[in-house]
Amino acid sequence: MRVTLNWLREFAPVEGSPHDIAEQLTDLGLEVGEVTPVGSALGGVIVARVLEVREHPDADRVRLVDVDTGDGEALQIVCGASNMAAGDLVPLATVGTVMPGGMEIAARKMRGQMSNGMLCSAQELELGDDHSGILILPAEEVPGVPLTEALGLSADVVFDLEVNPNRPDALSVAGVARDLAARQGVPFTIPTPAPVGSGPTLDGAVSVTIDDPHLCGRFALRGLGGVRIGASPRWMAQRLIAAGMRPINNVVDASNYVMLELGQPTHAFDLDKVRGAQLRVRRVRAGEQLETLDGVLRALDPADGVIVDGDDVPIALAGVMGGASTEISDTTTDVIVEAAWWDPQSVADTSARHNLHSEASARFKRGMDPDIADRALDRLAELLVQQDAATLRPGSVVAEGNLPERVTVAVRPARVNAVLGLSLDRSTMVDLIDPIGFTADTVGDDLSVTIPSWRPDSTAEVDVIEEIGRMYGLSRIPRTVPVSAHPGRLDAAQRARRSVRRALAGFGVSEAMPMPFLAPGDLERCGLPAGGLVLANPLAAEESVLRSSLRPGLLGAIAYNASHRRPGVWLAEIGRVFETGERGVVVDVAESARLGRVLDGERDQLAAALAGAEAPTAVELLDVVLGSLGIGPVVLRAEERPGLHPARTAVVEVAGLDAGMVGEIDPEVLDRFGIEERVAWLELELGALLELVAPVRRARAVSRFPSTDVDLAFVVDDRVPAAAVRTTIRAVGAPLLQDLDLFDVFRSESLGVDRRSLAFRLRFQAEDRTLTDAEVGVVRQAIIDEVVATHDATLRA
Amino acid sequence: MSGAELAEETRTLVAAGLARLADAPSSAEVRSIESELLGKRSRLTEMKAGMRDLDAEDRRVLGAALNQARTELEAAAAERLDHLAARERRAVLAAERLDLTEYQGRASTGHRHLVTQTWERLEDVFVGMGFTVATGPEVETDWFNFEALNLPPSHPARSLWDTLYLDTTDLDGVGDQQLLLRTHTSPVQVRTMLRAVREGSGPPIYVVCPGRAYRQDTADATHLPVFHQIEMLVIDRGITMGDLSGTIETFTKAYFGQELTSRLRPSYFPFTEPSAEVDISQPDGSWLEVGGCGMVHPNVLRAGGLDPEEWSGFAFGFGIERLTMIRHHVTDIRDFITNDMRFLEQF
Repeated sequence: MRVTLNWLREFAPVEGSPHDIAEQLTDLGLEVGEVTPVGSALGGVIVARVLEVREHPDADRVRLVDVDTGDGEALQIVCGASNMAAGDLVPLATVGTVMPGGMEIAARKMRGQMSNGMLCSAQELELGDDHSGILILPAEEVPGVPLTEALGLSADVVFDLEVNPNRPDALSVAGVARDLAARQGVPFTIPTPAPVGSGPTLDGAVSVTIDDPHLCGRFALRGLGGVRIGASPRWMAQRLIAAGMRPINNVVDASNYVMLELGQPTHAFDLDKVRGAQLRVRRVRAGEQLETLDGVLRALDPADGVIVDGDDVPIALAGVMGGASTEISDTTTDVIVEAAWWDPQSVADTSARHNLHSEASARFKRGMDPDIADRALDRLAELLVQQDAATLRPGSVVAEGNLPERVTVAVRPARVNAVLGLSLDRSTMVDLIDPIGFTADTVGDDLSVTIPSWRPDSTAEVDVIEEIGRMYGLSRIPRTVPVSAHPGRLDAAQRARRSVRRALAGFGVSEAMPMPFLAPGDLERCGLPAGGLVLANPLAAEESVLRSSLRPGLLGAIAYNASHRRPGVWLAEIGRVFETGERGVVVDVAESARLGRVLDGERDQLAAALAGAEAPTAVELLDVVLGSLGIGPVVLRAEERPGLHPARTAVVEVAGLDAGMVGEIDPEVLDRFGIEERVAWLELELGALLELVAPVRRARAVSRFPSTDVDLAFVVDDRVPAAAVRTTIRAVGAPLLQDLDLFDVFRSESLGVDRRSLAFRLRFQAEDRTLTDAEVGVVRQAIIDEVVATHDATLRA
Repeated sequence: MSGAELAEETRTLVAAGLARLADAPSSAEVRSIESELLGKRSRLTEMKAGMRDLDAEDRRVLGAALNQARTELEAAAAERLDHLAARERRAVLAAERLDLTEYQGRASTGHRHLVTQTWERLEDVFVGMGFTVATGPEVETDWFNFEALNLPPSHPARSLWDTLYLDTTDLDGVGDQQLLLRTHTSPVQVRTMLRAVREGSGPPIYVVCPGRAYRQDTADATHLPVFHQIEMLVIDRGITMGDLSGTIETFTKAYFGQELTSRLRPSYFPFTEPSAEVDISQPDGSWLEVGGCGMVHPNVLRAGGLDPEEWSGFAFGFGIERLTMIRHHVTDIRDFITNDMRFLEQF
C-alpha cells in the first residue's frame, strides 16, 4: 500500500520529517519499505506558449519549437514530438531542472541547433501514461507560471507500506492516518462528503435484490447522470500514480481514488447496458460464463458469487472484477455505482479459483468495513460533481444481507499486563486504543471493548491486548529474561550426530546438501527400485519425487564437481529419506495426527560417496564413523545390493541390526552419471544407530603387565571372509588376546588356486600378571587348531 | 734432568698435543693422537715410569706436571671428539634436507556444510541460554502444520505459505488426512507440547526446533524450495512479551555480537499474538529483518493440550540460510545446494 504525506494530512495534522513518520509507521506495524519524494522535479517546469514549429534543417525526426515563457521572447527548443501547434500551451522543463529519472536539463546543441530546455509529455512529468506526444495544457493557463501552480500539483512524499493480512483497514490512506494520528496524539477525522443531488431520482429507477444474504451483506447504489467521460484532474492523476495506479478516465479514477482513500472498492456500471435496470446478487449456476474487464472469458464455478442483470445474466464477478458487457465507455452518460460488503471467504475462494487478484479482491477477502459503503459512494459522487464530470441523482438504492455483528470483547486489565509484561493502569489502556476506534467501557474490574467495524480481525481478548501493545510500542516494553528450571543441553543422540559429522570431516569427507527432490527415473538411474513419495503439486517434474535414497543427490554432486574439473571429491550427507514401501506404510495417520509419527518410512540416513576411492576406503570410513559413535560389534556380510558393485559390497550389521551397506557404486551406474572414477559408497541408517549410542562410555583398564606378540599366517580359501577367521581367533583367544591385526594378505600360485594367506599379529596380555611362554603357547596352539579345523586352513610356516 | 726440567718438557708436549688435537680431522685421528701422547709407549708414560729414580721434591714436581698434562690432553681429546660427532650428526641431518614448501596445500580435512555450522552454532547459543533441542518429521499432517497452529481449513492466511502436498492416492491408512511437506518448523511446537503433557515432563518447556522446511517455490538467488529454520519455544507460568523481547536481545548479543541490538515491530502470524518481526541493528545504523516472533496464541496452547489461563509462552523463528548469508556474505542461496567443492571447502 502506497500513501502520500499530503493525502494523510487530509485526515490528520500529522507532523515530523518523512524519516520520522516512516519510523513511527514501522513501529506501528505498518512497515515502510521505501520513502520516495515525488513532484519535486516539477519545480523547474513552467507553462510555455508555442510560437512556431519549424523543420530542423538537418534532421527529419525532430522539430525546432519557438516558445514564449512569459517574456514575449522566442526561446528555441529542439523537440522530438510533433503534436503541438502554434498557440498551444505546453510544459517546459527549463535549463537546470532535474527530471524524475535524474536527468538534468542543460542548454545544448542537438544536430547543430541550440535547445534551451525540454518540452515534456505527461509520462515524463509522472502525470500519466501518455508518452505519445507533448502534454497540451488548458488554454486558459498563463505562460511563465510554474506548472505546479497551473495544475494544482505539489511536491509530496510517498510511503510504501507493507500491510499485514490482518489489517484490511490499513489498505487505505484514512486507515493509515488513523494509526499515525493516534501515535502522534493529533486529531483524526474523515471529512463527511456532502454531494448535492439533482435531476431524476434513482429510487424506483433501479432495483437490487440479494438472493444469498451470506454472500453479500450490503449492496448500495448511487446514480450519476450527465456523465462526461474524460481525463481526471492532474492532481488526482498525480496521486493515483504516486499510489501505483494508472489513470484511465475520470469515473474509473474517482472510483480508484475512493478505494485508496477509504478502502472501499466501488464499481461503476453503464446503466444503459444493465438490462432491465435490475441487479441481483446470487451464486453461479452450472454452465454460466462471464467476460471480465480484463477481456478473459471465464467459466464460472457454482461457488462463485455474481451480480446478474434483469435477464439473469452475470455482469460482474462478486468482489473480484466487473464484467465487460456493462463497462463504461467514452460515450457513457448514465452510471450506477455500487459499493458492497462481500463475504471474505467467498471472494478469497473465487479469486484463488480464477487466479484473478484485483485491488478490490485484496480488500474484500481481508474483510471490508461494513459501515463504509455509503460514505464511499458519497465521496465518489462528490469528487465527480466537483469536477463537473457528472451530476448526482437524488436517492439511493440499497439491499441488505447478513452483515457481521458488532463485536464486544471482555478484557481483563491484569491479563493485558500479564501478557505484555507491563503494569499499565486501566485508564491508560483505554486511552491507548480509543483513538483507533476501540471504545472501552468499565465493567467491574474489567473492560468491555467494542471492536471498530473496520477491524474484522479482532474478535477476542488477545486481539485487544495486541492493539494495546502495538499502540504502547513493543520497543518500549521492558526486557526481562525468563530462566529455565532445567539446564540446556544436547541429548546423547544429538551429541553423537555432531561426532559423526566431525569424524567425516576428519576423514576428509565434506558435507553436501543436495535438494531432497528427485525427478522420476532418478532412482532407476542409480539402479534402485522406483519409489519415493510423489508430490501432488510440484513446481517442476524434476522436483516431483521425495527421495527414498541419498544416492542420486550425492552421485549428482560428484558428477557436478567432476564436470568442473574436480575429480576425487569425497562427499557425505546426513539427511532424511522417505519411503512408501513396506517400511513406509503410513501409520494410522487419522489417529496419530495428534500423537506420533506420520510416516514410518521417514528416516535419518548417512551416506558417503568417495570418488576415486575403492570399497576398502569406504570400510575404513565405516570404522571411523562407528568409532565416533562408540558402537559395535560390526559384522560385514558380503551381499549384492541394487546399484552397488556385486562383488565389492557388504551389508553392515551393527549389534545384530542391518544398519546399512558398504562397498562401491556399480560401474554401470557411474557410466550413467558420466563419472569416470570409481566411487566407494557407505550408507548407514543413522537414526537407528544413534539409538544404540550409550550416553556414557565406560573405561577399560589398561594392563600394566608386559604383552607378548605372536604372528600367525593362515592359508585359506578366497571365499572364507577374513572376518570369519578373525572371529574364530578372537573367540579362542579370549580373554588373553588383547589385540588382533591383519597385517598382510598374500596371494600366490604356490598357495593353491583361489587360496590366500592371511597374516595376523596377535597381542596377548593379562590384566593381573606377566604371561609365561607356556601360557601363550597353549592359547596359540588352540587358536591354530580351531582355525585349521573351522576354515579348512593351513598354517604357513 | 731435574723435576723442573722434566715438568717443562711435559708442558711442551701438552702444547704440541693440544695443537694437533685441535686440528684432528676425524675421531679416529683424535684417538690415534691421544694414544700416541698418553699410551703405554708415550713419552709421558715413559716419564711417569722414570719417576721412581727421582728424589722426593723432583718426583712431586714432575707428578703434578704429569697429572696436569694428562688431564688437559684428555679433556682436549674429549672436546674434539664431541665437536667432531656433532659435526657428523649435522652432516647426516643436512643430507636429509626437505623443502617443506613443496608439501604445502596437499592435504585437507573434509568440511562440514556451512548451514550445519550455523545450525550447530545456533544450537550452542540456545543451549547456553538453557534450551534443549527438539526435532520432528518433515512429512506432516495438515493438522500439525496448520490447524493446530490456529490456521483452520480455509483460513485466508494459509495462502501465505505455498504448500507442497503429497499425492496420497496410493498410500494406505491416510484416510482423508492431507499430507504435506511442513512449511515451517512450527509443527514441532505442538508436538513438543503434546509430548511434554503425555510424558509429564513439562511445561516448563524451553526448546529450540531446528530443521528443514519446504515451500512451493522456484529456486533463485534468495529463495529455495527447501531450506532450514530454527525456532525457539518457551512455555512457562507468567511468560510475558517482555520475556520474549529480553530473550531475543540476549540471543542477539550472543549470536551477532555485544554491540548489536534488536527491536520488535508489530506483525501478524496466525500462531502468535501479539506477533512481531525481529530486526537486528546493523553497524551502519539500519535494521535488518531476521525473523518473526510472538506470544503463543491461546488456540495453539489449547491444541498442545495446555490451558492458556495457566500457561503462556513465546516463539521466535528464523531461517538458518538467511542468517548464514548475512554472517558469511553469501550472495546466492543456491550455493548451499549446489555442492560445489569450491564453495564447500571455504568453510
